[in-house]
Amino acid sequence: MHAPIVSTTRVPIGSDADLAWVRQQVRQSAADLGFNLVQQTKLVTAASELARNALVHGGGGHMEMTVLAEGAHHGLRLSFVDAGPGIGDVDLAMTDGWTTGNGLGMGLSGAKRLVREFALDSRPGEGTTVTITDWVSGLPAPRTGAP
Amino acid sequence: MAEHDTAPDTAKELGAFLERRREQIGQRWADAALFRTVFTVSRDEAVEAGKAVVDALADVARSGRLEDVDAPGFGTVRDQLGRMAAARARAGYTPVQIAGEVADLREPVTALLQTELQDADDVWVHACAQALAVLTATLRLVIMETTVSAGEELIERQRQQLLEVATPVINLWDGVVAVPLIGTLDSARSQVVMESLLEAIVDQRAAYAILDITGVPTVDSLVAQHLMKTVAAARLMGAECIVSGIRPAIAQTIVHLGIDLGSIITRARLADALAYALTQQGIVVSPRPATGASQR
Repeated sequence: MHAPIVSTTRVPIGSDADLAWVRQQVRQSAADLGFNLVQQTKLVTAASELARNALVHGGGGHMEMTVLAEGAHHGLRLSFVDAGPGIGDVDLAMTDGWTTGNGLGMGLSGAKRLVREFALDSRPGEGTTVTITDWVSGLPAPRTGAP
Repeated sequence: MAEHDTAPDTAKELGAFLERRREQIGQRWADAALFRTVFTVSRDEAVEAGKAVVDALADVARSGRLEDVDAPGFGTVRDQLGRMAAARARAGYTPVQIAGEVADLREPVTALLQTELQDADDVWVHACAQALAVLTATLRLVIMETTVSAGEELIERQRQQLLEVATPVINLWDGVVAVPLIGTLDSARSQVVMESLLEAIVDQRAAYAILDITGVPTVDSLVAQHLMKTVAAARLMGAECIVSGIRPAIAQTIVHLGIDLGSIITRARLADALAYALTQQGIVVSPRPATGASQR
């Protein structure tokens, strides 16, 4: 994560309407950077899950969207920050199907599978920050499944 | 200031003054941008609108509630003030600029007031001018309030309209209903979808219900959960539910997300879903044989 930062945008997460705005912003930025449709959809879906977590479990917060550039390759880094109660047991929270609410319990673990890089930082009583990063056309990691 | 001994008197004096001079004030206000640019049919129209506001202010002044935005006197012109502010907003003016224009209305009135009271006691004149300042400040608040509440009302109305507009239930065939879902499927929307679908299943005695998600841009775990609940509810009503319109990108995302839609019948296209429903009912749709074509 030492790639130079091109630009940073901050989007508030405080209501259901804000979630829609987060999705639109991420989709727009991903499309502008040249992510293909599958990557765009995965990134937007992961963003939707994490933003909703910040809203429902963290009582709201914000998303920081950073455009990265490494040589000619562009990436998008999304940080979801809330100042909620934090996650008590991170390993448990990352388990498929585990939920404290009424959801499916797939949001956090699912979001991790949808993106290339995933980092979770949570301190009980202080809040949670989840950061995900993805790169256009799968760089810098080796290509897999390319035709 | 309101506690000042002369306050009720100055308010009454101000009310009487506004009533006496409504014609002159109306004439002067008709030239102010706030009236001139909104009431464009004729100058008389602008003067009449101005006089209506003067009458309202006089009424408020007489009631002594100079600082009260809810004073009954404002009731008669509230709509008109809202329209004026809305018209200025549409013309590209910011709320601050509109508030400035309202504040500018005070100046011609103050001038008239001073002319009329030039022989009166200085303290009295000052008190009257103060009362007028308070009254116009209240008028400004009333106008700002109507602007904001008009905007909120509009947004709420549009939100309600969206809920209804975006969830039509279509009768595709005898016993087959379909809902084309469009846009964000939040909790409120999915509740409306579920209700109208279940109603349609009863009304149409449908055995098959198709949920088409071609128009849903993002299927995350919450949307998937809403879909599953709707499917389960339809099943309880005795209808089989088919989810169609699953695009390749959505399919890959659902798999990576780890959501198991295995218990739901899914099809790529709405046409495939309809074909499935018809086949299940034993209905065969075949092309009409071309005339003159030999049977092979």
